[in-house]
Amino acid sequence: MKTQPFLRSFVTPAALCALGFLAAMAAILQYSVRTFIPGSLEAGGFTLANFAALMKPLYARVFIDTVWICFLTAFFTLIVGYPLAYALVHVRNRLAKSFILITVITPLFLGEVVRTYAWIIVLGNNGFINTVLIKLGIVAQPLQFMFTKFGVVVALVHVTMPVMVIILAAALSHIDRNYERAAQSLGAGPIRAFTTVTLPLSMPGIIAGTTTAFAWTFSAFATPQLIGGGRVNMISNLVYQLGFASFNFPFAASLCVSGLALVLIIMALVGVAARRLESIGPH
Amino acid sequence: MPRSPLQRLLDIGGTLAVLAILGFLLLPAFVVALAAFNDSALLSFPPHAWSLRWFARAIAYRDFQEGVRNGLIVTGWASTIALVVGAAFAFAMDHYRFRLKTAIEGVLLSPLVVPHFTVGLGFLILAAQIGLARTYTIVIVCHVILVLPFVLRSVYVSLRNLDQRLELAAASLGAPPHRVLATITLPLLLPGLLSGWLFAAILSFNEFTASLFVTVQRTQTLPVAMYNYVRDYADPSMAALSVMYIVATAALLTFANAFLGLGKVLNVEHDR
Repeated sequence: MKTQPFLRSFVTPAALCALGFLAAMAAILQYSVRTFIPGSLEAGGFTLANFAALMKPLYARVFIDTVWICFLTAFFTLIVGYPLAYALVHVRNRLAKSFILITVITPLFLGEVVRTYAWIIVLGNNGFINTVLIKLGIVAQPLQFMFTKFGVVVALVHVTMPVMVIILAAALSHIDRNYERAAQSLGAGPIRAFTTVTLPLSMPGIIAGTTTAFAWTFSAFATPQLIGGGRVNMISNLVYQLGFASFNFPFAASLCVSGLALVLIIMALVGVAARRLESIGPH
Repeated sequence: MPRSPLQRLLDIGGTLAVLAILGFLLLPAFVVALAAFNDSALLSFPPHAWSLRWFARAIAYRDFQEGVRNGLIVTGWASTIALVVGAAFAFAMDHYRFRLKTAIEGVLLSPLVVPHFTVGLGFLILAAQIGLARTYTIVIVCHVILVLPFVLRSVYVSLRNLDQRLELAAASLGAPPHRVLATITLPLLLPGLLSGWLFAAILSFNEFTASLFVTVQRTQTLPVAMYNYVRDYADPSMAALSVMYIVATAALLTFANAFLGLGKVLNVEHDR
């Protein structure tokens, strides 16, 4: 076997980082099964009451809303992101390619706060859309986008788009275009060539993109907090509220644990369903 | 092959759809710019008068200034540590066999799936337990963990394109391992390392949710300061700050695209 001269010094720092992360996750796990002592940051003895409290309709509602919002966001991000990813991979003009690439990925690096703020002034009652609609005489009263699920999902689709497009484009760019050409030369129309060749071949990208979009949306905090304004709540908002308004860290921790379990279960289910779908798909 | 009418119709429809989607992506930036240069504090479209006063206010606002300073401290340390740790580990992953290889990699990549509020709360509780609460250290550690997956990915891509025979050739000509690393491996990996560092730095500077949990007033980074501002005030200073942000980020990425080829780093473009 060949020598491994730097093994210890190259792996140790990474192993320490992994340990640090595991310690943080262990801290959450440990807090999630301890009693809340009101007025104190310390947690008491072992209990499962935190998890039992999650069954209350108030909290169950937030879980259902969160999953629904994540689902809608992942779905619409896919629908809107696919054509863009296709264009990014297949456009021939270098300038147009760079323009699409920069437009797609710049939002990724702007952070959630800047993008959410931008959507507030687009969607607000005195915001861009309402001002334009009223000026054009299309509506008399401002349409209510703020504090609605619709507004939250629109902004979240915008926030999630870059990741989706990058993942889809990576998958699409690995597909040999000659397959599509072959299908067309054998008499398939462009639509048929797309639905029977390109679309199935890009399925791994669609699955990866959708699950990632789902997980990212689940992680979103500023968007539901500022655009939902307390009327649309996701798990992230509840965790923050419990941690920083009532200092109930044990309950916040139990929410994090069950939220993470939920994400992992849903992602696993999507994975299984996708494999089924692929195995019965057209060949 | 002659293009059928249907094909041409699809091309036109596709182009229009793509333009509409690009419009959706650019709309917020456009509206923010309108608000930032608008003289009035109330949003009005189109603006009645133009001014730069919101830019002046944003630059003079103390919390933003301190947010930038804290952000640069955290980002500088976090992205550099993540680069060194991540590059070394990626190299070891690529060249060596060792115990717990996939386990360590799995843990380091898992922050991609764990929600940031969970990571933030975890580090907050951990910090309180080991007496690091309210320090820069815990913010930096948290950021290192969050950006490491991106550094790893970026370095993996350039390691895959690295011809290991060059290293073997150098070694067979008598170069000791550290010399091979310094004169062959590192120079060839440089673009990957640079883009990894740039990604890490931009992501860390913009990280918000976890930062909200682990920072306090004294250590709050720019996104946290911006969040507090948006929550409390409604004047367009924030729009002005956003415009500066968008311009700086787009310029940085255009620069990175020209010199490093973002398409290859993001794996959406290949040499054929």
